Amino acid sequence: MTTDRTLRGKAAVVGVAETEYYKWGRSPDPEFKLAIEAVLGACANAGIDPADVDGFSSYSNDRSDASRLSAALGCKQLSFASMQWGGGGGGGSGAVANAAAAIATGQAECVVVFRALAQGQFGRFGQGPRSRMVSGAAAHTLPYGLMSAAHMFAMKVNRFMHDHGVQQEALRAISLASYAHAQHNPRAVMNGRPLDEATYDASRWIVEPFHLFDCCQENDGAAAMVLVSAERAKDFDHNPCYVLAAVSGSQHRAGAPVHNTPEYASSGFTTVAPRLYRMAQMGPGDVDVLQSYENFTGGVMMSIVEHGFCTAEEVNDFLTVENLSAPGGKLPLNTSGGNLAECYMHGLGLNIEAVRQIWGESTCQVPDAEVAMVCSGPMVTPVSSCIFGSEATL
Amino acid sequence: MSMTPYLRPGLAKPAPSRDGLDTPFWEGLQQEKLLLQRCNGCNRWQWGPEWVCHRCHSFDLRYEETAAEGIIYSHERIWHPVHPALAEQGPYVVVLVELPHADGVRIVGNLVGDPHQPLVIGAPVHAVFEHHLDDDPVHTLLQWAVS
Repeated sequence: MTTDRTLRGKAAVVGVAETEYYKWGRSPDPEFKLAIEAVLGACANAGIDPADVDGFSSYSNDRSDASRLSAALGCKQLSFASMQWGGGGGGGSGAVANAAAAIATGQAECVVVFRALAQGQFGRFGQGPRSRMVSGAAAHTLPYGLMSAAHMFAMKVNRFMHDHGVQQEALRAISLASYAHAQHNPRAVMNGRPLDEATYDASRWIVEPFHLFDCCQENDGAAAMVLVSAERAKDFDHNPCYVLAAVSGSQHRAGAPVHNTPEYASSGFTTVAPRLYRMAQMGPGDVDVLQSYENFTGGVMMSIVEHGFCTAEEVNDFLTVENLSAPGGKLPLNTSGGNLAECYMHGLGLNIEAVRQIWGESTCQVPDAEVAMVCSGPMVTPVSSCIFGSEATL
Repeated sequence: MSMTPYLRPGLAKPAPSRDGLDTPFWEGLQQEKLLLQRCNGCNRWQWGPEWVCHRCHSFDLRYEETAAEGIIYSHERIWHPVHPALAEQGPYVVVLVELPHADGVRIVGNLVGDPHQPLVIGAPVHAVFEHHLDDDPVHTLLQWAVS
């Protein structure tokens, strides 16, 4: 890769914010108002006039249209409006990549990455479709009762666990670490709701191998982050948090219909992670703290393997609460509580938490964190990852 | 012979796609035949259905019968109902079946029998046709039983 074909160090995050996070259906505000609130919050956090925002980048078919946002906020102009294809949280870091690319190539000056969700207003993710008839690819799964995200992914995880002898305790450690971190985070919906091994073990199955506490929440809220060029970032209050790498994609025929992707037992990062590290000019050993999207813990487990933090055969030994806990674990994971225990804002909260780690502002701060990684949306396609770094990492 | 429906009624019923891409598959199930796509260009099997062969890019794909037997590639026992029709269902099993006679393509169905039965990757299974011939739309589901 030639140096001019990279995002490394070209853009930086200068402001982040989220609305209050609610359980699904509890937001007093409609979704678009939540989006505006998050964008305004991120601009205030950066110390930038919202009128100077000239780009919006989102994912998962966010309903808060960029042109409507730009009009509502009185932006002077709209230079960039980007929607990353794909569902779930697979686009969380892809949206960061698109924003950074727009800035690096001179298409826009100040791009907001955002995600807004009001599942009370628009319907829950965790429920099956209620139509009387179904055709197309879904006709080959829905009539068999395979109809939710948990159902779509559990068979991938079961196959991976079978192939590599992974124990349930590895998934449990991910859940326990997230819940423990959330107890320090006043924004977390599960703050004040600690989880222990016995409670996890006794919790009901959603679909094997996922207990209740292996599954993300369903929430209402919005989150946003402001990106500008690396040069301009030096003028803001925060120490710049640079995008060292951000990539998206998936492996050969990941989208093959009816569960026919060749590399089935996978989080989808086997081609993405090498490109991520190549762009960042780093390896997994350089990462101080990891935010890894939990739709389900099994996806986190495979993401960790496919990003090279341990091999599949090392999962049972590596994925322990001790190793995954801030501040002292080998790989502090989901230090805000993540999608399991902070809020399921389709994973953008994970990107925000990575930035806060670089700024030294996490509620579970990893001492001297210089490099923070985010893995977005395992098991969907496309997925995406990004690496943020402090000025010292440039 | 048709089996008693594995799942309680009320889920979305399958209909051939309006563009006709998978119509022969659904019609074949009603005659207790498993018809999948096979390429006239390279003679390889393909599933799920698509308009083009992903290997040789031929548009000339036919539907051909394959043996309705395979092995369990993966499985899941589902407990939490996400649809009102399944509120009283209790646990049920979905399997992903690999078809060795059709280049190893995979297909989704239920594993009939005790929902608490052990689920074994690699176990041989054979098809059981679950007819809904009085239903609207008329359809047949492809289910699986351990051989």
